[in-house]
Amino acid sequence: MAALNDEQVMLRDMAREWADNESPVTAFRKLRDAAPATGFDPEAWGAIGQMGWGGIVIPEEFGGSAFGYLSLGLVVEQLGRNLAASPLSSTAVAASAIVMGKSDKAKQEWLPRLASGEAVATLAIDEGPTHNLSVQAKVTDGKLSGTKAFVAEGDGADAFVVAAEDGLYLVAKGDGVTVTSRHMADSRSHAEVRFDNAVAEKLGGIELTAAVADRAAAVTAAEMLGMADSAFHQTLDYLKQRVQFGQVLSTFQALQHRMAKMLTELELMRSTVEGALEAIDAGRSDIDQAVSLAKATAGDTLRLVTREMVQLYGGVGMTDEYDAGLYLKRAAVLEAMWGNAAYHRDRFGRLNDY
Amino acid sequence: MSTSIPFIQNVETDAMASAAEQTRPADMGDDFRQEAREWIAANFPASLRGTDNAMSAIEGPGDETPDQRKWREAMGGKGWGVPTWPKEYGGGGLDRAQARIVQEELARVGAYNPIGGMGVMMFGPTLLEYGTEEQKREHIPGIVRGEVRWCQGYSEPGAGSDLASLQTFAEDKGDHYLVNGQKTWTSGGQWADKCFALVRTDKTQKHAGISFLLIDMDAEGVETKPIRLISGQSPFCETFFTNVRVPKENLVGHEGQGWTIGTRLLQHERSSLSGGSGSASRMNAGNSVPSIAKKYRGIDADGRLSDADLRTRIIKHEMDQRAFALTLRRAALEAKGNAGPSAATSIMKNVGARITQDRAELNIEIMGMQGLGWEGEGFSEEELTQTRTWLWGKAVSIYGGSSEIQNNVIAKRILGMLDHQ
Repeated sequence: MAALNDEQVMLRDMAREWADNESPVTAFRKLRDAAPATGFDPEAWGAIGQMGWGGIVIPEEFGGSAFGYLSLGLVVEQLGRNLAASPLSSTAVAASAIVMGKSDKAKQEWLPRLASGEAVATLAIDEGPTHNLSVQAKVTDGKLSGTKAFVAEGDGADAFVVAAEDGLYLVAKGDGVTVTSRHMADSRSHAEVRFDNAVAEKLGGIELTAAVADRAAAVTAAEMLGMADSAFHQTLDYLKQRVQFGQVLSTFQALQHRMAKMLTELELMRSTVEGALEAIDAGRSDIDQAVSLAKATAGDTLRLVTREMVQLYGGVGMTDEYDAGLYLKRAAVLEAMWGNAAYHRDRFGRLNDY
Repeated sequence: MSTSIPFIQNVETDAMASAAEQTRPADMGDDFRQEAREWIAANFPASLRGTDNAMSAIEGPGDETPDQRKWREAMGGKGWGVPTWPKEYGGGGLDRAQARIVQEELARVGAYNPIGGMGVMMFGPTLLEYGTEEQKREHIPGIVRGEVRWCQGYSEPGAGSDLASLQTFAEDKGDHYLVNGQKTWTSGGQWADKCFALVRTDKTQKHAGISFLLIDMDAEGVETKPIRLISGQSPFCETFFTNVRVPKENLVGHEGQGWTIGTRLLQHERSSLSGGSGSASRMNAGNSVPSIAKKYRGIDADGRLSDADLRTRIIKHEMDQRAFALTLRRAALEAKGNAGPSAATSIMKNVGARITQDRAELNIEIMGMQGLGWEGEGFSEEELTQTRTWLWGKAVSIYGGSSEIQNNVIAKRILGMLDHQ
């Protein structure tokens, strides 16, 4: 855990408590089976709005608290622990694009509604199955056209922060916007979103697109941190109660060392994720490197932990009744989102000039 | 759980240096920083800039040059080699923030800390905690001034990872102990003045029969024999004790307390890794793995290392090192805050070893045959160093509790995974 101030400790504890009481994994299962069109539970989202979490990276003058990204990460981490199906990450990062952008109109119109949870927003950047900042979408006379793939929370979003050739735009749901669900292994909301001469408000150039993608990757890594930590500890608890050969599994050294190795990687992962969030808050010049380090480490570590979770649970890990599969499926989606480990390793090398 | 831990500061230095960079010191403690800067400017001989602590040299201390001696005496007199130790025994008496400033200011001008070794990292802090007033007054000042070299008498031929099975026996002879037995992996034993040793005072109990005893290396009956390693170096000795008389006042704590004190000593060693007595030597950009790879292997048209497979592994290594630096920094911050030491400290040994070994493996791979020279013509100094560094590095995951033992510790103490019942 990073060195947190009192505000952050309170926020984290509150988020942990809320996630455990109001949004346990069973809540996600219920949502999955009910399969609402928006992909999230409006009641839970309303509660998140009331607690002000939508406004953590929004300035106070627009109804936010401006606590910063480490604080946002702390909340997202707690939600990630329980696989909470919340549009918080996507809304907060979309809001950050508006905050960093140059459109006062967009700020006035959207930030207060995003801070309060009245509206949901998301990023629509990638156009294919892997993360790529070079995009085809075009804006002509203030109208945006193009097709965005795998837009997280696309089903329930009221506004889209869209990457075009020349930078980042805000497009409201409505005329010229067609949303088609993509049902994926993690049972969360993903959609193809087609923009056909949709009215677009410019937020900034391609530097803004890159900066927002970094924030999205960092916040995603925070969700992955919560998932990895929880998956690890659930596995540990299981090993401590499952008996074979007249012994609980946790007494077997072969398994002890695998768990020790995972804890080692988890500690490194936490340092890199918190390091990236802190770099963003500090406005450091090497945010891009810090983010690539975090997302690559998070990807590798969450992969290790979730795959081991299934293996170490054994047969029951393969059943839908147990949670291991839920973590596995969500993990794979987040590994790919905003650049997988290979993408960020390559980028880290380039940024360091080798 | 431990064998001797030689020169461990070398393992950690690079990561600590980059951790210090990441910390980006704010403008706090400006007055003290100014004071430190001026004192270092006045006392650090310019000829030593960028050189290393002779006491941490792998082949032993060698002969001090007059400048090295002057610098050691200056730092020893000031107490800044052990900045946080109490002033009454010659230490610097500084708080952690001030100690960090001293460390930064030393690094800023390329100055090393001339006070080091096992006395500083391991024995001193332990004696400050468990020693009597007389023992502290006798032994601490010599460590502070870098005048007395200590070695560690823990491992034995039959007691490696299972350290508590040690057999060296200290027989109670009234006013003294009579010590017989053999220690091994005694780092720097051939140069040491004194030895802190774990000895058996009771043969009927395993852990509770162990005591912590201080032995003069020049006492009659003490013999050392250097062990030649695969790297060609001999940083360790076998140490033989034959009817060695050790005065009773050299017992630290009480009889049977040796295991407690001895393992506590290892904790001091661990905490010294996360911010304390760091040396100024650091990996500079000129000999980082990527720069060596560029030099030996070249780059493609896009400016990337041309061997894609190698490049990926180099990047992984560089990221691993960065993640480790961030973890050291986080552990230091958490230790300061009220959260207490976290699990992060327990993984340092294994990750540090992994990074050290990965770096060496990458370097010799990059250099090809040129990176496997043993001596003589046809190889640069840098290339010959890589060979030896690579071989020596294999010790890192064995000494100080092997990686397997560390994993046992993590599993049992942190994760609560118990032994078979």
